[in-house]
Amino acid sequence: MGRIVEINGPIVTIELPNVRTGEQVKVGKLGLVGEVIARDGERAVVQVYETTESLCPGEVAEPLGYPLSVELGPGLLGEIFDGVQRPLTKIFQESGDHIARGLNIAPLNRDKAWHFEPATQPELGERIAAGALLGTVQETPSIQHRILVPPDIEGELIDRAPAGDYTIEQVIARVRDGSGHIHALKLYHRWPVRMPRPYLHRDHAAAPLITGQRILDTFFPLVKGGKAAVPGPFGAGKTVVQQQIARWSNADIVIYVGCGERGNELVDILETFPELTDPNTGRSLMERTLLVANTSNMPVVAREASVYIGVTLAEYFRDQGYDVVMVADSTSRWAEALREVAGRLGQMPVEEGYPAYLASRLSAFYERAGRVRTLSGESGSVTLIGAVSPPGGDFSEPVTSHTKEIVQTFWALSKELADSRHYPAVDWNDSFSGYVATVSGWWDRHVGLGWKEKRAEALGLLAQADELSRIVNLVGPEALSPVQRWTLESSGLIKDAVLQQSALDPVDSYASPEKQYVLLELILEIYHQGLDLLGLGVPVQELLVLPILGRARRIKGVFPSDKLDELRGFGMEIRAEFDRLRDEYRRAEKTAV
Amino acid sequence: MSAKEYCKSSSARGGLLFMRSVPDVALGDRVLVRDHKNRKRSGQVIRTSNEMVLVQVFEGTDDLDLERTWVRFLGEPVELSLSPEILGRIFNGVGQPRDRRPPLVSGLKRNVNGAPVNPAARAYPREFIQTGISTIDGLDSLVRGQKLPIFSGSGLPHNRLAAQIVRQAKLLGEDTQFAVVFAAMGVSYDDARFFQEDFESSGVLGNVVMFTNLADDPPIERLILPRTALTAAEYLAYDLDMHVLVVLTDMTHYAEALREVATAKGDVPSRKGYPGYLYSDLAEIYERAGRIKERRGSITMVPVLSMPSDDITHPIPDLTGYITEGQIVLSRELHNQGIYPPVHVPPSLSRLMKDGVGKDFTREDHPHVASQLYASYARALEVRNLASIIGAEELTEADRQFLAFADAFEKRFIRQSEDEDRTIFDTLNLAWELLSLLPPATLSRVSDDELRKYHHYSTQMAVDAA
Repeated sequence: MGRIVEINGPIVTIELPNVRTGEQVKVGKLGLVGEVIARDGERAVVQVYETTESLCPGEVAEPLGYPLSVELGPGLLGEIFDGVQRPLTKIFQESGDHIARGLNIAPLNRDKAWHFEPATQPELGERIAAGALLGTVQETPSIQHRILVPPDIEGELIDRAPAGDYTIEQVIARVRDGSGHIHALKLYHRWPVRMPRPYLHRDHAAAPLITGQRILDTFFPLVKGGKAAVPGPFGAGKTVVQQQIARWSNADIVIYVGCGERGNELVDILETFPELTDPNTGRSLMERTLLVANTSNMPVVAREASVYIGVTLAEYFRDQGYDVVMVADSTSRWAEALREVAGRLGQMPVEEGYPAYLASRLSAFYERAGRVRTLSGESGSVTLIGAVSPPGGDFSEPVTSHTKEIVQTFWALSKELADSRHYPAVDWNDSFSGYVATVSGWWDRHVGLGWKEKRAEALGLLAQADELSRIVNLVGPEALSPVQRWTLESSGLIKDAVLQQSALDPVDSYASPEKQYVLLELILEIYHQGLDLLGLGVPVQELLVLPILGRARRIKGVFPSDKLDELRGFGMEIRAEFDRLRDEYRRAEKTAV
Repeated sequence: MSAKEYCKSSSARGGLLFMRSVPDVALGDRVLVRDHKNRKRSGQVIRTSNEMVLVQVFEGTDDLDLERTWVRFLGEPVELSLSPEILGRIFNGVGQPRDRRPPLVSGLKRNVNGAPVNPAARAYPREFIQTGISTIDGLDSLVRGQKLPIFSGSGLPHNRLAAQIVRQAKLLGEDTQFAVVFAAMGVSYDDARFFQEDFESSGVLGNVVMFTNLADDPPIERLILPRTALTAAEYLAYDLDMHVLVVLTDMTHYAEALREVATAKGDVPSRKGYPGYLYSDLAEIYERAGRIKERRGSITMVPVLSMPSDDITHPIPDLTGYITEGQIVLSRELHNQGIYPPVHVPPSLSRLMKDGVGKDFTREDHPHVASQLYASYARALEVRNLASIIGAEELTEADRQFLAFADAFEKRFIRQSEDEDRTIFDTLNLAWELLSLLPPATLSRVSDDELRKYHHYSTQMAVDAA
């Protein structure tokens, strides 16, 4: 037992000898929980996950003996947890509209029984390895929860429960380790969040993460097991991009960490996801989704913890052989929480008040992404996508610039695009993806040949058009050659017909890779047809007023991803219209001759 | 905990009182300070240990004689007394009357800091509020339970706009009036009087609770004032089932007061001297807006803030924009052209609009029209830039149509008078009238059906307009 010495916001100094750094501590009469972040002689400096109002010097504190950990087992999916994995729906039932302090509610439901199917291997008496399969629980119709031996236990399998219904507190297997100690295994175990879960080895990531968003998949692709950042000023649409990924990506499990963001955004997910269907399985999206919420008005220290809670949950599902996407909105708020604690501890600020360890914390966090061979020999991945909220939209600020060095896919959002309601406002000049070469083989095999070339051509057109716009802004559009005018028009077409995508339009919200490919092909066809006619001498003005251009701009919202033939049919219309113009022009030429 | 009085202040500066060796004082406790002339001030404990207690005094620390200053620790948090009689009253930041009427007597007291709303308890805001202002209703719709700030600059008519919203706000097809909680932080006497007279003349005063801290009142009081005001708002919304509109003005003064105290405390500054926790501090205020499941009332918030030097990247508007659900930005350029309300359309945004408009809420074409107006106006502004360089004569035919559109949009859609209360249908019809100045091929955000139904483009009209 210790005694509180000083209270300074969320930082509480406690006379508490023999406590380890990182250990959880129960503080004060209310029983608030905190974590030891430093030791100073007999004193422990504790960051408390809840508001410390009404805490008083002299109150008692008690070390709990374990570090910040998560409970891992059936019952996680579809839940919403707070930044230290307390179940918010349950808290709502027990404490009402506002979150009371000092609540001690277990993350996982203790009463619910799950149907457990034991594995057949290994036989009783044989050796069972860490991370090996004990059995399965069908947690939701789309997700089978694989119950694994915790990564830090191995030995002789003494017994294993038969098929049947078990609550998570019932013992389902016993293992005798090398020193003769017998471990009773249950459907769940705990794991410290600041320690990455072990795996066999890393694999190369090769398959793209398909998000159904054209600017992301076609232009700046991400792979399963990759790391990406979405930086952007407020109002640029970070949250919508993140939510679209959570909605449509072809991952098995999506973990959405609302870190220091708006409460209503999480409600939006909680209310809409159960009604949306996963395009890959046809099941309700909520069955594969798990939310971790520390909204901006919730205590700041739990914000720091929330991303670690999220990534540990992600690794747990990865270890079961799933492809997991974790979306963190926003990592800047997490960094600010670090800064706040550092400031209260009087640590020396380096850039914009951030502590010197910001860069190393960020890179260590993102390093937990990856595609791995799990301990049980399966293949699983964790893809990390972090939103960044740079102050004033300035990408040179510390969090954005450090993140940019770490990630391989960078989806930079632009205020200018957002201001004209061009969403997703991903800027094609500032964004990059290091995975283009990696995934081009996949596109060639699964979708269509020449994906890489088409992508490059479209990006080239956009770059040329930016150059031409600068000329137009100096001397006016009449100064451009017909081919240049057509280039400008075609790049506008790419922006409107391909890049711009409405998250709200039911048809346009998701585009399958095939639809993305066909759409891009169609627009490039228009460009090439136009070039051809210009070569014959057709005046560019006649091309610019073609009604097919207006149709092309709207076609993305006409045919959904399962009506590809109709979409391809539009290609015939394009060719017909250009052929008509070509014939007319040839006839006119002949009569002139 | 004792209610003993202590005379152990060791230093006083910048509104903070440092007390030596006062045992067992809890964080956040309310404090009563009595000075040598027996004047009383209220304060709050913001840091505590047995060796040193730090008290923030809302009335400031001017004219304190440390040897003759007595501090009483009340052993309770800062609370506000609540009863239905708060409507029609005027209070200061700690809830004491400013209208020369007696203080409230009520057994119901609430901690002004509140506790965070459980995200799982929230209901998503979806009900469209018609403000009668085209730029807001048509382009950046406000919904019940939203927090939508006005980003303004010095000298711009943000107060008039806020007052117009308060006067005209209503739900489509419902006649319930909003209760108004008005929180003024560091505003001038004139501004405070403007609102009071406006509420009086429009007959809503009996439905308004005012919390005021004027420009010459102590700045520290501004830190507690919005919290007090929101405690009152939560009481009206969730205890009395009212729909509450909260106007907070001016959040810039609030943030400046926060910086003042942070500097005095010696907190590490981040941007422009503001403390690193400005974001979470602002969020504690803004996030108290919203709707809660199975509660009939709601809190809709319209904070007003002036952007220092009209700079939207300044920490105050910047962090606010990251927390609130959109923003209405005012433009000095439009204001100088005599356009009221001078809403700068491109950077203005409402995040909750997507679920509160369209079929079943306003009209099926609303979301597309809004998106199309944004896109067309953005293109038109580009053309206008171009015209200012190369001259309007050099523009192509199509570009001249956009130029005409920009002018008409500003003069007819953005501009309206202070007592003009347009219905959402007026606003949408007006939008189509303006979009009809543009050829259909340039309108990619609206559907073919909508074009057929609402778009009345004729070449002749476009030529006339150009």
